Amino acid sequence: MSLIKQDDRITVDTFLEGIWRENPVFVMMLGMCPVLAVTNSAINALAMGLATTFVLITSSLLVSLFRNLIPSEVRIATYIVIIATFVTIVDYIIQALSQDVYNALGAFIQLIVVNCIILGRAEACASRNKPVKSMVNAAGMGLGFTLALLCLGVVREILGSGSLFGLPLFGEQFQPWVVMVLPPGGFLVLGGWLLFFEWLKTRKQQSLAAEGVTHG
Amino acid sequence: MSSKTSTAMIATLGFVTALSGFLIVTVYQATKPAIEENKRLSIQKTVLEVIKGATADKHFIINDKGELLEAVPGMKGINIYAGYDARGKLMGVAVEGSAQGYSGSVDTIYAYTPACECITGIKVIKQTETPGLGDKVITDKNFVANFDKLEAKVNAAGDALANAIVAVKHGAKHNPWEIDAISGATISSKAIAKGLNGSAQQVLPKVVPLLPTIESKFTSEGAKP
Repeated sequence: MSLIKQDDRITVDTFLEGIWRENPVFVMMLGMCPVLAVTNSAINALAMGLATTFVLITSSLLVSLFRNLIPSEVRIATYIVIIATFVTIVDYIIQALSQDVYNALGAFIQLIVVNCIILGRAEACASRNKPVKSMVNAAGMGLGFTLALLCLGVVREILGSGSLFGLPLFGEQFQPWVVMVLPPGGFLVLGGWLLFFEWLKTRKQQSLAAEGVTHG
Repeated sequence: MSSKTSTAMIATLGFVTALSGFLIVTVYQATKPAIEENKRLSIQKTVLEVIKGATADKHFIINDKGELLEAVPGMKGINIYAGYDARGKLMGVAVEGSAQGYSGSVDTIYAYTPACECITGIKVIKQTETPGLGDKVITDKNFVANFDKLEAKVNAAGDALANAIVAVKHGAKHNPWEIDAISGATISSKAIAKGLNGSAQQVLPKVVPLLPTIESKFTSEGAKP
């Protein structure tokens, strides 16, 4: 497994990786099920993002602590047990904090278990790195996921219900663009964001190339 | 060699699952009171919102034999939530109703006011209807106005409603027991009507004779808002 010597240093990049360069949603396209399903309002998106972040960080810690004990034959099973434990915990905590949020998120909290971002982090990062580094990386990934969910949730709520975090933005006359809070709206907004980020990337490459020409 | 790895596998999985069980039980125990309190508060909030003028509530259960009991956790029967004003006058009772809607069950709590023998308020507590269409049953002002005063008289024999509560096509409401459906959300409107009717037909004939008993059970101490 460790032909490549792992770098133990914790850099800013360990944290930022998940937010920008390897954003789980916009770059890696992982965990699309909650991304499309619960982003019909900003508050749901935020709650889902924070719940996932909690599970990411805590399961990364445990996986990383036990990384040398877990035989590779049963590693996936062990990771899933660990992830499921923290999902159950977060499920109880949300219920204890707010019944309304719990009702809104419904089954999607339990479905964090099968969110491939978390298993992906356990396999790719936590099982090879020290606890602190794994947690920092997981926190970045979680934050990246939360931000991505918010990107979708904010746009969909504004267009689809004319409000933000439940506060109405427009007057009585506003005719909501209902399709935005329906499942197709999730795809439309996700597509829009992907287009936007791709455009940014292309523009950056072009300006870099242009600079190369002038300096060359 | 292979027996050694098997032992390691069993030991690891055993250890991890034991730890996981321990963590879950700890959190379950720690959050249980808060979760139960949340559920109770959310029901209480709904009851006080749906029964107009109520400032205190009390939870009763009608068991299989038709007896009225003060609710204790784990008791089976029909849930009845009584709403009193500050002086202990019974303002109404809230009852649960539910029926199949367009995409899953639509659960409601409605308030029955003895003074007018009618339903005077309704609150949808759980629904999975199409956003923007079916969920208008919560937001559409004209539809909600159906429940300002929806007749729910118990018949002379005292075993059912005098007139069944039904949803009629938008604009076709002529009788006080009819619900004017939302055009474009007929199935969801009908689900509300069906839930109300199914519950009211069954529960109200049992509750109405018990109303004086319910009123007499008011205690300022046991029914804080």
